[in-house]
Amino acid sequence: MARITFIQPDGSASTVEVPNGLTVMEGAIENDITGVIAQCGGSCSCSTCHCYVADEWMGVLPPPEEEETGLIEFAWEPRECSRLTCQIRVTDELDGLVLHVPAEQL
Amino acid sequence: MLTTIIAGAGHAGGQTALSLRQVGYEGRIVVCGDEPVPPYQRPPLSKKYLSGELALERVFLRPESFYATHDIELRLGNAVREIDPERRSVVLDGGESLAYTDLVIATGSRPRRLDVPGSDLGNVFYLRTLEDADAIGKELVAGRRLVVVGGGYIGLEIASTARGLGMEVCVVEAADRILGRVTAPEMSAYYTRAHRARGVDLRLSTGIVSFEGDETVRGVVCAGETVPADVVVIGIGIVPDQRLAASAGIPCDDGIVVDERCATAAGHVYAVGDCTRHPNPILERKLRLESVQNALEQARTAATNIAGTPTKYEQVPWFWSDQFDLKLQMVGMSQGYDTVVQRGSMDADDFAMFYLKEGVLIAVDAVNRPREFMACRKLVPQRPSIDPVKLADESIPMKEMV
Repeated sequence: MARITFIQPDGSASTVEVPNGLTVMEGAIENDITGVIAQCGGSCSCSTCHCYVADEWMGVLPPPEEEETGLIEFAWEPRECSRLTCQIRVTDELDGLVLHVPAEQL
Repeated sequence: MLTTIIAGAGHAGGQTALSLRQVGYEGRIVVCGDEPVPPYQRPPLSKKYLSGELALERVFLRPESFYATHDIELRLGNAVREIDPERRSVVLDGGESLAYTDLVIATGSRPRRLDVPGSDLGNVFYLRTLEDADAIGKELVAGRRLVVVGGGYIGLEIASTARGLGMEVCVVEAADRILGRVTAPEMSAYYTRAHRARGVDLRLSTGIVSFEGDETVRGVVCAGETVPADVVVIGIGIVPDQRLAASAGIPCDDGIVVDERCATAAGHVYAVGDCTRHPNPILERKLRLESVQNALEQARTAATNIAGTPTKYEQVPWFWSDQFDLKLQMVGMSQGYDTVVQRGSMDADDFAMFYLKEGVLIAVDAVNRPREFMACRKLVPQRPSIDPVKLADESIPMKEMV
């Protein structure tokens, strides 16, 4: 279980609890987080679950696979800290994770 | 009371309800469907759900409790049976009559049936619903023999899943190439080689005569020979489920006819998803699509219109198919292309095929090539003229073409 905070472009934040084993995207969808769309349902085919990882968490997450990196390159305003949340699996180590939701997806 | 009734609780129907709340709709929302479960995602049914990798609760669009907390009423196992567009009311299977302000038809599609002798034998399946996937999944056991009838995406995905589970798999296709309805001959040939290289016995130009067996299927009789089978899955396409609309006098033409707002010819009646025939302003023609993107985006369009903001559905279609280690991602509709350009290597399972018509990029099929896929999602809507030589040149990054 991890508590994950999503910060919207307007600065408003929601913290949700996500069980281990789910992806961060699934946690966002179940908790109705605005801006995380996840059209393809988590098969790494659409990039609409893109978020920015808060700096202090960058070193904690396992690095993205090539299929994710390729999608992110063309996501809306990608940054160094961009990740597709469907590719991040929740573990206890992610308790406290902070993500920023982009203003747009694609 | 302001009420939207959604006839159909699949991917499109479920998303319509969710989108209505997301755009701030305050009326009553009732989602009615014939299946006993809340709306779920269909793509995993031929892939990770079928293989057992993805648990049931992760297939649902939202947990069932979500609907109650968002004031969305689910009528599960209780589909809309009849629509009266004049009186703006529906009757459910259970007999209940409900009045609506707006109605959304999201009845989806159903598998095309293969009517040959023996098609009603045990262990002869179609895959459309969670119930179908559960029934098929029980029979997918290492060492047993699966025959897939039809070399479309569903059939090939099931073949891939079954090989992954250690089954002997034979795919039987009536046409002279697989994926004939949806892709170019080069891609058909590539996927034929890919499946054969991964142990699938893939047979082309092979029609089905009958299925044999006593109670349970034992063999698939093709012209000339019989393929032994413990399990058969038939995947020969779908037909749009337009019966509800047609019986209410709503115009249909291989799909419920809707406009760019997803509105049917009947006032206050919308239709979304697989069941619609709709105009695509970018491609300048009418389409009927069997895809998640179409289901979700039409749902959003209808919901936004119902909530009072006029919106049009205008997107280039995109699709994906996961088979073995091959992640196929597609943009656009390649029909009518005059030039095909390959970038990358088929032998390395790492390439994209670009389709051009009169110099304009209209579609891509990308295998393990997310950049080409994403670049085309941005490019194709702009109908760009692109030099085929540049597209094939790997030294030019896709980024530079967008």
